[in-house]
Amino acid sequence: MSLKKKSNIELIKNGMFGENTIFRMAISLCPSIAVTNGMKNGVALGISVVFVQTMVNMTISLMRKFIHPKIRIPIFMLVIAGYVTIIDLLMATYARPIYKEIGLYIQIIVAFASIFARAEVYASKNKVFSSACDGFGMGVGFLLAMIVISFFRELLGKGTLFGYPIVSGSPLLIMILPAGGFLAVGLLMGFFNWIDMRFFGGKGASGV
Amino acid sequence: MHIDFVKLFQLIVSSALINNFVFTMFLGLCIFFGVSKKMETSVGMSITFTMVMVVSAALSWVVYQFIMIPLQLTFLKIIIFIGIVAAFVQSADTIMKKVSPTMYYKLGVYLALITTNCIIVAVPLKNAGEHYNFLESMAFALGSGIGFGLALIIMASIREKLEVADVPRPFKGLPISFILAGLIALAFTGFSGLITL
Repeated sequence: MSLKKKSNIELIKNGMFGENTIFRMAISLCPSIAVTNGMKNGVALGISVVFVQTMVNMTISLMRKFIHPKIRIPIFMLVIAGYVTIIDLLMATYARPIYKEIGLYIQIIVAFASIFARAEVYASKNKVFSSACDGFGMGVGFLLAMIVISFFRELLGKGTLFGYPIVSGSPLLIMILPAGGFLAVGLLMGFFNWIDMRFFGGKGASGV
Repeated sequence: MHIDFVKLFQLIVSSALINNFVFTMFLGLCIFFGVSKKMETSVGMSITFTMVMVVSAALSWVVYQFIMIPLQLTFLKIIIFIGIVAAFVQSADTIMKKVSPTMYYKLGVYLALITTNCIIVAVPLKNAGEHYNFLESMAFALGSGIGFGLALIIMASIREKLEVADVPRPFKGLPISFILAGLIALAFTGFSGLITL
């Protein structure tokens, strides 16, 4: 995170590519594997994260003058939990079939490191609109990652996209098994590192 | 009081091996990849994690049964459970620093990390969802803690060896660890069907 002022467009771009939650920062990994066995689930979770991340950043930014630094962690947690509850209840009412499959992971958004980190690093120090842009960018970056991973897993594992058949023949069952999720993320992460090194002269994701 | 020991034992084994949180439900991955680099840290993390897990599951169960159900507040369970966990971790941190500085020096760093671990919220939520009684909740929490520790230790012992291996450059670090985890997960699918609850 550089300290110099960035325009709002740059903030969104940074969240989408430069500091992509999953492939660059390697945080909030749990759902990236758990719900990406189908495009539908991946997209649903991605959209929920975009909503929560944007709203949390806005709220924290509005409250930043009133939060005492010593108790900021519980307050951030409560704000995040509030928005997650909203999404949870909305999904339970209007998207019952998807909720049955990924309900637990929607509730788990509350413990997402990426949302917490953005609230801490960015929203608690910056103006409302730019915080919203930052949150939106990070959320969309997460959504993109989910789309890429679930695209490959569903296509290879079931031969379908959004449940519609694309290719026939016997699919690679391993891709929709739990193990396939790890393999897919590992290979994609390596691939993006390779692109970054080969064409942009980067050093690749530092990782942990 | 009637205690069904067989059911408790089955719960522990199934949550530790068959439904291992890391390899079949993909929770707690951030910490899993974060601390599994060295054996020492992963052992410390597993011990701290299992202890916090059992206590916070017990607290959440009591609050859920005796406060939230009578007052019909169950729709607030996410907020309340994360609040309980955060408060407990914070107070454990403070008490440990005062009572046993040596233990705090060894395990204190992991305490702060635990709040961002998904498993710690998932276990109370699951206990509430499955209507487990008190002992069953405890067994489930203990099994999950052991399962997480097992996963961490397996991963750490392989990653320590991996340090000297010649991995292609784009795959160094995280990507190869993911592929490793995939292979271990494949091995863990062998446990499925061992016990059906």
